[in-house]
Amino acid sequence: MSGIVWALLGAASAVILAGMGSAYGVGVAGQAAAGVVTEDPSKFAKVLIMQLLPGTQGIYGLLVAFIALSKVGLLGGGALDLSLETGLLIFVACLPIAIVGLVSAIHQGRTSVASIGIVAKKPEQFGKAMLFPAMVETYAILALLISILAVSSIQV
Amino acid sequence: MAVLQMQRLSICAMKKNRKAILEELQSLGVMEIDTAATLDPDLAVMDTMESRQTFEKSVQLCDQALEVLQEYAPEKTSMLSALEGKKLVDKSSYEEASDHREAVLKKARKLISRKKRLTENKASILKLETQIETLTPWLSLDVPLNYSGTKTMAVMIGSIGGGSSLDEVYKRLAEDAPELDAFDIQKISEDGDQLCIAAAVLRKDAAKLEEALRMQGFARPSQSIRQVPAQEKEKLLSEIERLKKDNQQLEEKIRSLADSREQLRLVSDYFRARAQKYDILGHVPQSKQTFFITGYLPKKKVPALEKLLNEQFDLVVEAEDAQGDEVPVALENGKFAGAAEGVLASFGLPRWGEMDPSKVMAAFYVFLFGLMLSDAAYGLIVFAACAVLLKKFPRMSEGMSKSIRLFMYCGLSTLFWGIMFGGYFGDLVNVVSRTFFGHEVSIRPVWFAPLEDPMKLLIYSMLFGLIHLFVGLGMKGYMEIKAKQYLDFFCDVVLWYMMLFGLLIMLIPSDLFVSISQMNISFPPVVNTLGKVLAIGGAVGILLMSGRANKNPALRIALGAYDLYNITGWLSDILSYSRLLALGLATGVIASVVNQMGSMVGNSVFGVIVFILVFIVGHVFNIAINLLGAYVHTCRLQYVEFFGKFYEGGGKAFEPFKANTKYVDIKEETKI
Repeated sequence: MSGIVWALLGAASAVILAGMGSAYGVGVAGQAAAGVVTEDPSKFAKVLIMQLLPGTQGIYGLLVAFIALSKVGLLGGGALDLSLETGLLIFVACLPIAIVGLVSAIHQGRTSVASIGIVAKKPEQFGKAMLFPAMVETYAILALLISILAVSSIQV
Repeated sequence: MAVLQMQRLSICAMKKNRKAILEELQSLGVMEIDTAATLDPDLAVMDTMESRQTFEKSVQLCDQALEVLQEYAPEKTSMLSALEGKKLVDKSSYEEASDHREAVLKKARKLISRKKRLTENKASILKLETQIETLTPWLSLDVPLNYSGTKTMAVMIGSIGGGSSLDEVYKRLAEDAPELDAFDIQKISEDGDQLCIAAAVLRKDAAKLEEALRMQGFARPSQSIRQVPAQEKEKLLSEIERLKKDNQQLEEKIRSLADSREQLRLVSDYFRARAQKYDILGHVPQSKQTFFITGYLPKKKVPALEKLLNEQFDLVVEAEDAQGDEVPVALENGKFAGAAEGVLASFGLPRWGEMDPSKVMAAFYVFLFGLMLSDAAYGLIVFAACAVLLKKFPRMSEGMSKSIRLFMYCGLSTLFWGIMFGGYFGDLVNVVSRTFFGHEVSIRPVWFAPLEDPMKLLIYSMLFGLIHLFVGLGMKGYMEIKAKQYLDFFCDVVLWYMMLFGLLIMLIPSDLFVSISQMNISFPPVVNTLGKVLAIGGAVGILLMSGRANKNPALRIALGAYDLYNITGWLSDILSYSRLLALGLATGVIASVVNQMGSMVGNSVFGVIVFILVFIVGHVFNIAINLLGAYVHTCRLQYVEFFGKFYEGGGKAFEPFKANTKYVDIKEETKI
């Protein structure tokens, strides 16, 4: 396999895995949010924010994929001729956000569900409720950081 | 930074004035009445449960009437109506409405009873419609359904289930009852599952025929109708018509009351306020002639209140500085710091004796928020939107206006950082000039572009984090000095500063730092030695002093060692600020993805249209998602990293006794 395939595989897995995680997280949180809104539609804005929190991993995946694609010239037309080694480097650089994105989005979704429970019962504790899913997000951000730093520092 | 000094106020006055005094206090709305005050056994409280419930019922009545009005004569509301806040009403029109409260309540009852009749009518219409449904198979019958025949002839009307036809019925009758011959069966209607028939037979054979028919599943109709079905149907239809007309009239009548909406609101709030007053009244201890109110209010308002009350009533007021955890907390800050009070309150108000960190927090909040969003155009949009909202809805609730003001400041900070990092809708200028004008123009960042040199921003993010955390530690020291805990100040704050500064001085010239930051900084040897001394001195100090509350030396050292382990906590706290970089990059990169997608069609009329569409949708999405991210993560940095260094919170909010209205605010003439 030539390098470009590996690079594309890295970009694809960042989008696929992180996106899958976010889809799950936003999905479960959305079910809980819909339940709250049937009881009390005025909480819509608050639970919507909670539902969106696990959605960021998918965006981080997209971000890394985008940087990787533009790095290897797949976006502007005219892909570069990559060596196998460089391709593999880009693939590995995409892995942190792909894997951590998948796992953390799932867990963040579950935490969001629990926090939506807080908002349902004690809407004035919204600030604290929001903090729990945000704690999980930290690890996605760390992974994103390493992925970005790694991808952008690879010489092609 | 101001937590208001509270005073505990005791008022003793004549019982005959108690309602007037409570009313006065309620309309001033400056004092929180302590309902949990311990009761002297000689004093009693009045049972106000019953009158309170009457008032609450009136509130419900008005609210239900308003709902009915909303259903049949909906008020037009815009999407932003939630921001409008309560309408300000003159005291005179409020009093006028409360004078006519009985009339208004009558209107409310009328509305509700009309609504009830409407619902009942609708139910009856449904019932009638099902009756018509069951009549349908019998419509061609021209005798009443319960017609039993003449003197010599019996008529049996009914249905046979199971889908058998008239011929089959005749056939089976011939088999089952061959002796019957003088009878006639007429089909009235037939559908898939039942055959409706009318059978005529001589009276003497009636029982036999019915027996034979029953064996085939013959049953008389379940409802007995004394009318010819067609006439019955006419009757039912006209009844439905009548009900529908009645409903129309009812709706019309409900709509005609739409202009009493304002009155209903005022009266609802009037009863709400009275119910609250009676709730407090039920907690006020009283003797035969006098009664007592205790409560809290800000110290600076005490003299004015005292004067006001003394002018009107005979009473004794006593005030003392309030102390202890049960004292409610009220904050007073300027426009800028006040904007962050909402963020502070959602973590927890300061405990009694703790300082109010709003000012410092507001500054860092705005700074960090801007760094995360970091796009000049987005910042301008956020700033302009918030400013317009603040201008357009001056009466929005206090909490809401504070948050919007905070976001307005954050917008300004975002604008600043956007210019520093050269982000204007991401790389919009480059993409547009390249795609549509042929040669690329770019606005250079004032400082540097994060995407070109992420490591530099990473180092700066951590530096900002370090400053943030050091300020937090400094706040802890400030509080300890204020409380005159000098030893604590030295051990908890100074020793940590020493160790952390020492470690920093040792870290900066090291290879690790150089390789990350590509900055080669070397200190003169004196400074290096100073760093080592500071670090070691601090560490030893912490090891020895952290467990100072413990007498046992071994335990003391162990506790010290455990506290020293907190250095890992500092490390992870500082690393946590790397989110500043990650979120800043996220905004820029998503914005450039949007721009790139828009420009893919190229330079043509169609291309421009696609570009504009993609631009609007994409950037709205990007602003929304990144605003959320910046908001959440700035809060987190404040709550977890910053507050973790010094702030506990958990104070009880000051909730003065006032008319907690739902629909209108009443303009008070006197204010203190």
